[in-house]
Amino acid sequence: MPTVGVKRDLLFKALGRTYTDEEFDELCFEFGLELDEITSEKEIISREQGDSKASGASDTILYKIDVPANRYDLLCLEGLVRGLQVFKNTLEAPRYRRVSPSSGEPQKLVITKETAAVRPHAVAAVLRNITFTQERYDSFIELQEKLHQNICRKRSLVAIGTHDLDTISGPFTYTAKPPGDISFKPLNQTKEYTATQLMSLYKTDSHLRHYLHIIEDKPVYPVIYDSNGIVLSMPPIINGDHSKITLKTKNVFIECTATDVTKAKIVLDMMVTMFSEYCSQPFTVEEAEVVYPDGKTYKYPELAYRKEKLSSEFINRKVGINESTEKIAQLLTRMCLLSQATGVGDEIEVEIPPTRSDIIHACDIMEDAAMAYGFNNIPRTTPRTYTVANQVPGFSSACLMCCSQEDIAEKLAKKISETKAVHISNPKTAEFQVARTTLLPGLLKTIAANRKMPLPLKLFEISDVVLKDETKDVGARNSRRFCAVYYNKSPGFEVIHGLLDRTMQLLEVKSVRGDGYHIQAADGKKALRGNTLSFIWSCVSYSTFFPGRCAEIFVRGKSVGRLGVLHPDVINRFELTMPCSALEMDIEPFL
Amino acid sequence: MADTGVVETLLRLIEKVDDGVDSLEVAASLGVDHQVIVGAVKSLQALGDIISAELRSSKHWELTEEGTEIAEQGSHEARVFSSIPLEGLAQSELMKLSFGKIGFSKAMSNKWIRVDKSHEGGPRIFKTVESIDDQVREKLLLVKKANTAQLEEKEKNELKKRKLLSEVTVKSYWISKGISFSTTITKQETELTPEMVANGSWKEKKFKPYNFEAMGVAPDCGHLHPLMKVRTQFRQIFLEMGFTEMPTNNFIESSFWNFDSLFQPQQHPARDQHDTFFLSDPALAHEFPQDYLERVKKVHSEGGFGSQGYKYDWKIEEAQKNILRTHTTAVSARMLYKLAQQKFTPVKYFSIDRVFRNETLDATHLAEFHQIEGVVADYGLTLGDLMGILHQFFTKLGLKKWVEVGNSGVFRPEMLLPMGLPEDVSVIAWGLSLERPTMIKYGINNIRELVGHKVNLQMVYDSPICRLES
Repeated sequence: MPTVGVKRDLLFKALGRTYTDEEFDELCFEFGLELDEITSEKEIISREQGDSKASGASDTILYKIDVPANRYDLLCLEGLVRGLQVFKNTLEAPRYRRVSPSSGEPQKLVITKETAAVRPHAVAAVLRNITFTQERYDSFIELQEKLHQNICRKRSLVAIGTHDLDTISGPFTYTAKPPGDISFKPLNQTKEYTATQLMSLYKTDSHLRHYLHIIEDKPVYPVIYDSNGIVLSMPPIINGDHSKITLKTKNVFIECTATDVTKAKIVLDMMVTMFSEYCSQPFTVEEAEVVYPDGKTYKYPELAYRKEKLSSEFINRKVGINESTEKIAQLLTRMCLLSQATGVGDEIEVEIPPTRSDIIHACDIMEDAAMAYGFNNIPRTTPRTYTVANQVPGFSSACLMCCSQEDIAEKLAKKISETKAVHISNPKTAEFQVARTTLLPGLLKTIAANRKMPLPLKLFEISDVVLKDETKDVGARNSRRFCAVYYNKSPGFEVIHGLLDRTMQLLEVKSVRGDGYHIQAADGKKALRGNTLSFIWSCVSYSTFFPGRCAEIFVRGKSVGRLGVLHPDVINRFELTMPCSALEMDIEPFL
Repeated sequence: MADTGVVETLLRLIEKVDDGVDSLEVAASLGVDHQVIVGAVKSLQALGDIISAELRSSKHWELTEEGTEIAEQGSHEARVFSSIPLEGLAQSELMKLSFGKIGFSKAMSNKWIRVDKSHEGGPRIFKTVESIDDQVREKLLLVKKANTAQLEEKEKNELKKRKLLSEVTVKSYWISKGISFSTTITKQETELTPEMVANGSWKEKKFKPYNFEAMGVAPDCGHLHPLMKVRTQFRQIFLEMGFTEMPTNNFIESSFWNFDSLFQPQQHPARDQHDTFFLSDPALAHEFPQDYLERVKKVHSEGGFGSQGYKYDWKIEEAQKNILRTHTTAVSARMLYKLAQQKFTPVKYFSIDRVFRNETLDATHLAEFHQIEGVVADYGLTLGDLMGILHQFFTKLGLKKWVEVGNSGVFRPEMLLPMGLPEDVSVIAWGLSLERPTMIKYGINNIRELVGHKVNLQMVYDSPICRLES
């Protein structure tokens, strides 16, 4: 969930009234938001950097408001205020209109084919006769940043550039060039750099370095020029200094370059719907033309209004309420979804404005109706779903699933290639290199971490391991294992053996060869020749045990596991000092 | 039982005197430690009224460690005096001695020495008298020889102030004959034996009383991990509510079932390398229900089933990527798909099993944890049903503020309809972690003490049974 910080007093001024913190918290809850924190710039700085840095910072009260992830229309003060006012019936949702320029041709952005290799899409629009104040300007910049962090996926899908249109002249060209061939003065710098130089300049920039990877390895970098060869921007990294927006800027050219054109259209719609409020003709946006390499021309912003028809019965049935068609239309209208009963049965026509890109299905409309109705007002009911309960036989335990390669291989005196282990490609630490193929290392590590406990230590775990298995759709499967260790001044093989006997007794397996279970000395030579026996043993192997102190467990003629006294080298590798006997077996056959 | 020799000697001593003996004096005369006599008294007391012992306390003076040193080597001021030769000693030299500082000021106030501050080469100290009388040492020697009575109260207090003497309280017993005094003692039996029962000799025996204050012997038993106990409770709640457990034994999952089938777009941040464990071997999944996969692709990239879709270029390569599952909802997706392939019947499913996130580890975050999930699929389920069933579930848990601990919702039609579920079937679901309620229940602050090999086994031994409603 993105968090939006707004100045409380500005917010109240725009809403036309004040609230107590509790009242505003309640309002947020009703509207599906959460007032996360009440703070100030000073408080934030002193918390993050210490009191000394905070002196002189602003004391103005800030509201930090959590906004649902796909509600991009609530990411700035302008949108929040508009949404809340419509919700409280103090404002009718404005209509956003695309208009042709009063004089002459629309601004044109021409895309060349070179962009296909790096960032093939662009959209554009113009905000005409806008009036900035310091607060509006700050909000304008902040919204771009919020969009960049969320829907734009850190500028990888979409990057926004905004320019003072009076400093540049169209038509504009969106192209891509080798970095050495791009040279311009970037935003807030005093001299020109080539794109190559910029990439190394920004390597240490705490903000921009996070975006470099998007184009760094590409042969060509995206760049936008005006008709005089002035660089507007090098998306998605930085704008040019020449066309930068100031408080005095009257006409704004907005371009969004993208790898995902759907998202670019949404981002452009958000920018212009939020800030066209401050144009001399509020909520109108001047169109711009985008020409693709194949000659196709598109007009932006789309500002599309979409109409959906649904029945009030659908809403009532899905929410679990019983309201009239008119009442439901009113609820939806309060959510900026202008709705009216069509008069045909209980049909409602809902208009989805360009600000509500999150409404992609009737179920989203239903959810908005439920929110406007108030989740807490919905009667709680019990589903009449009649079912009979069943449980999956099984148990589990609490050692970690993932571990290092060393734990399941070298430390147990075997090769990683013998383990059939599943490997993780992007672990943050060595503890997450592989999914475990044996339960033994987890138990030995638990003993090592609990050496202060009185002896003997007797631990067991019944849990899943993961093994590669080509017969499965994902190429791997879980296998349920039982593992136990006995750690004491003497190895206590008889204790572990007794545990096996007891376990088998509980599973109703008799101690006889053939139909029941038995153990027999594990043959090292046979193990070295490869497991010709029925069960390919992926966990504890012969070499894990002390020579002559390892037996194989057979159930109904099949090998299911091993037990024995651990090899002193294995004991040492797990930082243990006492003799230890262990048992590990497959229990899938008994589930 | 104390040394029988000492016990008998003690009894004979008491027999000889008319009134009684002091345990300290007995110890001194026998040349044994006082505690040995105390032990003998205790064991005689346990036998009944053979003796009567009255606890007495007396105070006496003892030398402190520093006092002992002075008694042996002289007071600090005397040692200062004797270390100054005729030609005097530089003050700085004197201060280097261990007793220099304290001794100097005392010797000055006793007027034994003087300081020549204007001496060439710094202040120098000279004797002012030829000989001294080290009274402090003499007084301490008196105490050492237990002749404290010769000292005046004022003198003792002054030495106490200088931390050379301390007053100690000594506890001793005044031992005299008891009502059933006898110099021969019958040994008490500790336990009833089979022989006593058989031959009736228990009737003549005296039995040692039990100490009911002591702890019993810990029973030799196994201990379940707290997580497993809480898990059992959750299973119980689900089973009581008529839910069937889903088989969750597939930690390795394809991105398709974990994300795409749930209508999670391929650019979603949860699918980032920073959030999900991807596999290098086996890196890709190969088998998918082909027609279902096509429908999933379509609903993402073009829409359909009443949806606008996300309108992006959906790639099979992204869906094939194998991962460690990030939620058990991947299992729910497989189950719902399976359900859609047969004639639909309403179901209630639950699961409690491991999930994995590529988190940066800290006291409350682990890269693997257990997810609890409940799913209900039926015709005509409402948001009211979701809220009602959540209310029931969390009431059984004994949690009032349930909004804080989990997530809940209605599965989107874009997820359900491509599977082939009937249009009027709704699926509601909720989930929470097993670790969080367990940590709250057992008061554990660091998740690493609960999960993983750093688990504290003492905690496992000590945790009570889990009753979530309490």
